[in-house]
Amino acid sequence: MATGTEPHLNSGGVRTGTRAAIDAPHLRTDRWWLAPAATAAGLLAFIVYSTWRAFANADYYSAPYVSPFYSPCLAENCKNMPSGPNADLFGSWWGISPAVIILIFPLGFRLTCYYYRKAYYRGFWASPPACAVAEPHKKYTGETRFPLILQNIHRYFFYAAILVAGVLTYDTVLSFRDTHENWGHMGLGTVVFLVNITLIWAYTISCHSCRHIVGGKLKHFSKHPVRYKAWQFVGKLNARHMLLAWASLVSVALADFYVYLLASGAFDDPRFF
Amino acid sequence: MSVVDRQEWDVVVVGAGGAGLRAAIDARERGARTAVICKSLFGKAHTVMAEGGIAAAMANVNEHDNWQVHFRDTMRGGKFLNQWRMAELHAQEAPDRVWELETWGALFDRTKAGKISQRNFGGHEYPRLAHVGDRTGLELIRTLQQKIVSLQQEDFRETGDYESRLKVFQECTVTRVLKDGSRVSGVFAYERETGRFFVLEAPAVVIATGGIGKSFKVTSNSWEYTGDGHALALLAGAPLLNMEFVQFHPTGMVWPPSVKGILVTESVRGDGGVLRNSDGKRFMFDYVPDVFKEKYAESEEEGDRWYEDPDNNRRPPELLPRDEVARAINSEVKAGRGSPHGGVFLDVSTRMPAEVIRRRLPSMYHQFKELADVDITAEAMEVGPTCHYVMGGIAVESDTAAARGVPGLFAAGEVAGGMHGSNRLGGNSLSDLLVFGRRAGWHAAEYSAALAFERPAVDDVQVDTAAAEALRPFSAEGPAPGAEDGRPPENPYTLHQELQQTMNDLVGIIRREGEMEQALEKLADLRVRARRAGVEGHRQFNPGWHLALDLRNMLLVSECVARAALERTESRGGHTREDHPTMDRTWRNINLLCRLVDPTGGLAATDPVRGQIDLSRETTEPIRPDLLALFEKEELVKYLAEEELYE
Amino acid sequence: MSSYEARFKVWRGDVKGGGLEDFKVEVNEGEVVLDIIHRLQSTQAPDLAVRWNCKAGKCGSCSAEINGRPRLMCMTRMSVFTPEETITVTPLRAFPVVRDLVTDVGFNYTKAREVPAFVPPEGVGPGEYRMMQEDVDRSQEFRKCIECFLCQDTCHVVRDHEENKAAFAGPRFLMRVAELDMHPLDAAAESGLDRKKTAQDEHGLGYCNITKCCTEVCPEGIKITDNALIPLKERAVDRKYDPLVWLGSKIRRRSS
Repeated sequence: MATGTEPHLNSGGVRTGTRAAIDAPHLRTDRWWLAPAATAAGLLAFIVYSTWRAFANADYYSAPYVSPFYSPCLAENCKNMPSGPNADLFGSWWGISPAVIILIFPLGFRLTCYYYRKAYYRGFWASPPACAVAEPHKKYTGETRFPLILQNIHRYFFYAAILVAGVLTYDTVLSFRDTHENWGHMGLGTVVFLVNITLIWAYTISCHSCRHIVGGKLKHFSKHPVRYKAWQFVGKLNARHMLLAWASLVSVALADFYVYLLASGAFDDPRFF
Repeated sequence: MSVVDRQEWDVVVVGAGGAGLRAAIDARERGARTAVICKSLFGKAHTVMAEGGIAAAMANVNEHDNWQVHFRDTMRGGKFLNQWRMAELHAQEAPDRVWELETWGALFDRTKAGKISQRNFGGHEYPRLAHVGDRTGLELIRTLQQKIVSLQQEDFRETGDYESRLKVFQECTVTRVLKDGSRVSGVFAYERETGRFFVLEAPAVVIATGGIGKSFKVTSNSWEYTGDGHALALLAGAPLLNMEFVQFHPTGMVWPPSVKGILVTESVRGDGGVLRNSDGKRFMFDYVPDVFKEKYAESEEEGDRWYEDPDNNRRPPELLPRDEVARAINSEVKAGRGSPHGGVFLDVSTRMPAEVIRRRLPSMYHQFKELADVDITAEAMEVGPTCHYVMGGIAVESDTAAARGVPGLFAAGEVAGGMHGSNRLGGNSLSDLLVFGRRAGWHAAEYSAALAFERPAVDDVQVDTAAAEALRPFSAEGPAPGAEDGRPPENPYTLHQELQQTMNDLVGIIRREGEMEQALEKLADLRVRARRAGVEGHRQFNPGWHLALDLRNMLLVSECVARAALERTESRGGHTREDHPTMDRTWRNINLLCRLVDPTGGLAATDPVRGQIDLSRETTEPIRPDLLALFEKEELVKYLAEEELYE
Repeated sequence: MSSYEARFKVWRGDVKGGGLEDFKVEVNEGEVVLDIIHRLQSTQAPDLAVRWNCKAGKCGSCSAEINGRPRLMCMTRMSVFTPEETITVTPLRAFPVVRDLVTDVGFNYTKAREVPAFVPPEGVGPGEYRMMQEDVDRSQEFRKCIECFLCQDTCHVVRDHEENKAAFAGPRFLMRVAELDMHPLDAAAESGLDRKKTAQDEHGLGYCNITKCCTEVCPEGIKITDNALIPLKERAVDRKYDPLVWLGSKIRRRSS
């Protein structure tokens, strides 16, 4: 009857013996690989760039701008940033780049973020590479055991991310000072910082954990009208969580790169007033 | 002959839509071991297609509502042909049935005060339809399905077996009700997946199989609606009541062809949508019949005010009962004022903001966007009448839902006749399922319990005959399939298409004597050919075979419709005769009953003129005086014959 | 009105084996894939097995995979393909095949039974339920589900790992848990059932790695991942991984 009747491979997954005998791991004809490939490429580019910059331990401050990668700066070997985000909590024993101390938090926040999880599970781990495309792994336990069960601590990174965003907000305020610490300055860097901090906050607030904490956990919205409004607001942002994740990733790298250009002397900050 | 698997149950429910599931729940809660058989997967029954809502006089939105008003509306909608006791029970019990759903987890849309919200619908004096957006049927079926699951979970905790007291046989078809003498003894069925036959022995069988729409070409009904229950009852010796009344829903999609007939919910009009012809005119104002003149607005302004202030204005004529609107659309199209694809325009885009449309009519928005590429928030829909519902059905006792003449047989839902008279109001269907589904389950359980120690026996001969009948398409009469004998086997799909075309063209929304006679001849011809319907392949999930078996039912039911329609020489509700265009009061109290010619349930090749159906008339029981007193005398004189009025 | 002849590959066979069979078939304007399958049935392959019901995207019966993507056949318009394209239709590949395009979806019915039903609140009789619209909105979204099981089919947790079927309820039934947990009057907690906890402990919520294929294929456009699964994960965190919430609930329970 059917042409090319196929025997059962019975090699698991979509080729399990009881399922329709189709050898191909998938039959998609569209460019399903494009999204995971682009995601992986984008994330890789950021990882390469941020690793270089985080370990460079140089060119991260050009008054009044401090790179978001190095803020707050918590070791003795930090550059002096007058009334800036310095706090020598770690002392002199910390030998490597102080960025590493603080980057743990935004990194942890993004690593456990519900959007980034999707992005790297698909892009790097091919689990799954795309919908209805067979994944290459023999076994799968998801987030049921160590280490991936740790994804459940996302909300603590969210709390930390709020603190970090607070510091970056402070940095942005300081960018309204000039190089001599006088208020009333605004340069291109100020704009870059403003855009960046807006996106950072939008991304942070749009987080699924935040949505849960502000109101999602409630059973009766009608009894908490203010939290209901807050939940609705966060929900609207949350619908754009992916977009904000990428936008803020790019903006934070750009902000850092801008500081790098200034600090390395490649560029002078155009001043508006 | 073949050894057929047999199981014993107390109550067997055929059909797993709203009525069937509600019956099963009640039977099981009353202690009967209950089996449900359905043609589709559990939870896919046609009830999911119901959109608008469940009519119940809860008075949540308008405090003046009560069961008496609901009863009045129902009788008016059915043009006083309703089995009045059913209409009474229905109006009285519907609120309880809706509230009960909430205790099973249903989530209806809410009023500001947190009660169940109710919406306006054609023919209902007050906003009365409990609803969930425009997917009320889905909510109903899912709630009942989940209630069944919860009962099974209870049984699992007690007995370790989910299916010990309540089991759903999904994707199985019943082809015969078995009898022991005059009493029901069980059903004969096959499993669609494997083609395996089995018998469920039970003293009580509830038929809840829905309607007959698949006998018509343009229909809002799904493939399941092949009139199985109607045919099963006929074959078991029960009469069908008033089969001429078929409701054509005024608003079905008309374009593109592949979706022609798919329903556009009445809520579109209930929420403010208006009908316009190609001249842009709201033509319904020209079609308000005399009996409804006082109740409907005479100007667009008044009609529009009604949505905001229903107490001081009359409703727009778009909300007339469905039969009136369907006929009006039909006339407009005939007069050359139709839309490009042969319908009229139904417009909400100029009446409500896009946001409101998307919220209140989400699935309509989705349906037009996906299937017709039409954005209903920006342009008008094209709609036309589509076969939607059959008011006729198995003749039942009002209180018990017991089929007349066959002890142990019960019927509820669309398959049962009488409740809606000559025309059903929107929203009364879902409430009908719940009210009479429950009653059928209740009385079936009681009947069955009374026979616990003298269960009717299943007759082996009947089982063998049923098996032979079901297998015939594989070795169609005359030559074997494919053999050349001058009489090749018939393709069941072709036969089905011809049947649908015949019913649509000749016994459709507007009927004429000559055409119906032609239809009967065509049906006789199809009946002969259907005996040669042959199928390829084997019994495992073979849709050609399934269709060949369903053809028997469609042909029987279609003949009932055509014969009854030919007999009733008046126009009333869902039955419109071009040659007898007015309602005739002398027909008001006449029921037409269809019975099988061969009382033994045989279907031997019969005389084509006489056919398989015997038609008889009966006079209905007079309406109880206290119910009659709910109406004004001036209104009653329009419907009732003189002698009825003065009794 | 333009019609053309399309090339189709339809999987035919049963559990013993089968393959893609080639067809050439007429296509008319406005048609959907299910129309074409029906045309094949009535003209070329009368015993072609296919499940369908309403043909209007409301019942969720005609689920299949079209060009490798899980979809409803009745809601896939032919106009999304070019006339030159060969269209491949196969049964759902996460479930055992019965015949041709029909699969055994019993897995889903088994899982449905494992989710404890709605628990009515004590002392609230029929007709006395009062719920605010904003409190039922969330669960109502999930109740739009037509149980087409496309999300269950596409979810790699079971699609690619048959052995996970025992432990994992799948997106549809985790969403059902979320629906009940968000139901304003569900009294499961009062009856001693913690849906938040059992979502992870008994229904396999931890297997979900939120890669969102369920949301992508949902024909009803339900935001399964964002609105049901992630909130449910967060609720499970409240119970199992958040000492603050845990402590708070202990204190509150003692004081009340």
